[in-house]
Amino acid sequence: MKLVTAIIKPFKLDDVRESLSDIGVQGITVTEVKGFGRQKGHTELYRGAEYVVDFLPKVKIEAAVAADMADRVIEAISKAANTGKIGDGKIFVFDLEQAIRIRTGESGPDAL
Amino acid sequence: MFKQIKGRSGALMVGLLGLLPSLAMAEEATLDSGDTAWMITATVLVLFMTIPGLALFYAGMVRSKNVLSVLMQCFAITALMSVLWALYGYSLAFDGTGMEAGVTNLNSFVGGLGKAFLSGVTVDSLSGTIPETVFMTFQMTFAIITPALIVGAFAERMKFSALLWFMGIWFTVIYAPIAHMVWGGDGGLLWDWGVLDFAGGTVVHINAGIAGLVACLVMGKRKGYPGTAMPPHNLGYTVMGASMLWVGWFGFNAGSELAADGTAGMAMAVTQIATATAALAWMFAEWISHGKPSVLGIASGAVAGLVAITPASGTAGPMGAILIGAAAGVGCYLAAAKLKRAIGYDDSLDVFGVHAVGGIIGAILTGLCAAASMGGVGLAEGMTIGGQLWIQTKGVLFTLVYSGIGSFIILKIVDVVIGLRVTEEEETEGLDVSQHDERGYIL
Repeated sequence: MKLVTAIIKPFKLDDVRESLSDIGVQGITVTEVKGFGRQKGHTELYRGAEYVVDFLPKVKIEAAVAADMADRVIEAISKAANTGKIGDGKIFVFDLEQAIRIRTGESGPDAL
Repeated sequence: MFKQIKGRSGALMVGLLGLLPSLAMAEEATLDSGDTAWMITATVLVLFMTIPGLALFYAGMVRSKNVLSVLMQCFAITALMSVLWALYGYSLAFDGTGMEAGVTNLNSFVGGLGKAFLSGVTVDSLSGTIPETVFMTFQMTFAIITPALIVGAFAERMKFSALLWFMGIWFTVIYAPIAHMVWGGDGGLLWDWGVLDFAGGTVVHINAGIAGLVACLVMGKRKGYPGTAMPPHNLGYTVMGASMLWVGWFGFNAGSELAADGTAGMAMAVTQIATATAALAWMFAEWISHGKPSVLGIASGAVAGLVAITPASGTAGPMGAILIGAAAGVGCYLAAAKLKRAIGYDDSLDVFGVHAVGGIIGAILTGLCAAASMGGVGLAEGMTIGGQLWIQTKGVLFTLVYSGIGSFIILKIVDVVIGLRVTEEEETEGLDVSQHDERGYIL
């Protein structure tokens, strides 16, 4: 099993969710996060007082999937979240040791 | 009685149109229900400017930990000034005993105590064509908003108890005398000079603006200024507040005619035109220099325009209003965004940059825009534009010096006796919790 974590632009969330559903991903977890990358921050100006905002709002998506699905998930996110502009985000993939469905006690890929 | 009868418009009628006082005196004063209805409305509008207008305008610009403190300060000032006005303020400002045209004596500077405790102000007493109770309450709302304006200069760092002391004394020795000198009628110092100040460029805005500058200099910068980011916490409040100020200002300017007549109508028109022009001017100035038009900018520009048209609102014409609005929009933008940075004082919410600078621009341009050749109502007989400009400048300088020095002395005294500032720890924690044991947002 793999845990695919993606940091994307907030406005791309709906597109990403849709394309993940299309390829059969059963569930994802979404978190609003802040951070910086090559896009860096931006400046805000109030009556001449300039403030550098270091951290930009992003959305983090986590999807736990069977190992053989990981490539398709990565492809789906990459396509759906792509604008071609700086700040599109990144995808990180981890090996996932175990997964348990709390209600039934199922474990492994069956729990996903 | 005449001095009070026509209030501010009296000087204009006499000074500008050349009516003889004796002519006006010959008319028996009777109550006009139209004027009275309008003045009751105008009074409510001016009160609406302070609470909630100014309170929200300021509340949005401070950090979330201080939101209640500025709302509280505006509210408490409203209450305190109302009581002081009834006790002796109205008398100090508008008791005309001992005043004589062209004669400078003690009563040129401050009114007597003949109307203290509102003695003589009854159901039947008239001030011109309106009940004196209405005139007194209308003027009270001006005495409320002027000290409340100063709050913006030292926002986020003044002790609440010190604020009450400072405001109470400032109202007594600065506001009431200046109101008397400008609006007290024949024998009032600035009135006799011929200063044109229809609705309070000197009395309200320059007065509060310079007091604000002195206060922020005496008290020092906020902890962390200018290195730490202190962006406005809720610009939505600020825009709502600015919008309420805009609406309420029709009571301020058109109400200062003290009658429902043509001058009030023109005051309304020029107020709208100047405000709109200044809002656009600030917006475009910022757009050009920064690359984006800002919400805070257009709202601030509107307030700058309102301030600047105030002294001119009874004398300028519509095109004069555009000139005044444009000058105020750009001038106040430069003062708030550039001058403050360059000099480095921490006038938190730009009381000096908007009210003093806007007030000065307006007060001086009033001398120009009142001229018939500029579309105004015309200057007093024999008065040149240059002459009127000099009189206006004298009025501005007098207010700057009197209020500046007076405010400095009051602040120093209050500082020695009880201290002006909260402790560093209280400042970091925020005034809402440290001064009032409350929080603006429990989310």
